[in-house]
Amino acid sequence: MTESTGGIDMDEESSGTVKKFAFINRKAPYGTIYALESLEVVLISAAFDQDVSLVFVDDGVYQIKKGQGTKAVGMKNFSPAYRALEGYDIEKLYVEKESLESRGLTEDDLVVPVEVLTSEEMATLMDEQDVVMSF
Amino acid sequence: MGFEINGKTYETDEEGYLVNLSEWDEEAAKYLAVEEKVDLTDSHWEVINFLREYYNDYQIAPAVRVLTKAIGKKLGPEKGNSKYLYELFPYGPAKQACKIAGLPKPTGCI
Repeated sequence: MTESTGGIDMDEESSGTVKKFAFINRKAPYGTIYALESLEVVLISAAFDQDVSLVFVDDGVYQIKKGQGTKAVGMKNFSPAYRALEGYDIEKLYVEKESLESRGLTEDDLVVPVEVLTSEEMATLMDEQDVVMSF
Repeated sequence: MGFEINGKTYETDEEGYLVNLSEWDEEAAKYLAVEEKVDLTDSHWEVINFLREYYNDYQIAPAVRVLTKAIGKKLGPEKGNSKYLYELFPYGPAKQACKIAGLPKPTGCI
């Protein structure tokens, strides 16, 4: 049943260690590959049963904005995939309050339920992580 | 690479997955199943249709663990387990069933 981890040997000691991972999404969903790459890494990381948090700050909040029309830019709208994260047991999604407000957005504009944190609370959250990856 | 059925051509990648997902139809599924040495039964179609719905909703192919759990929720625990799914798709339900359903290879599938 370890199709997704096939070929990777994890000894008992390392497979028992759960680390806190935070993936920080800072960029708009299209125009660069960062958002999609981050999502792929997050989906893969789910197979390793780690404590994963997703953070959306700056233009990264647009990644989970409702109503993305991508036809004109010739890209696939991959925002529905964020709604699949729950099925991957990734349920800690955080959005920075200041980033939302400065873009005129509220929680109602987002495709998934999130926890809104102030910039200060976000700093604390990142401080608690073992690994922080920024995209 | 690709194949042709009744004058319609289907483009595939080097691993045999459909390149244009919108080209998928039941004929393509039947062809891909023969390639995978799978005899399609109603039980297979149930999983294939489930995968197509999942992809339609989320735009990704689920990892096998996620597929198993989601099938269990929708079709009942007797089907939401890896034994049942591996019996239907012996070379890996995620890889094989996704290919026949015309989905991309699941992310994180090695």
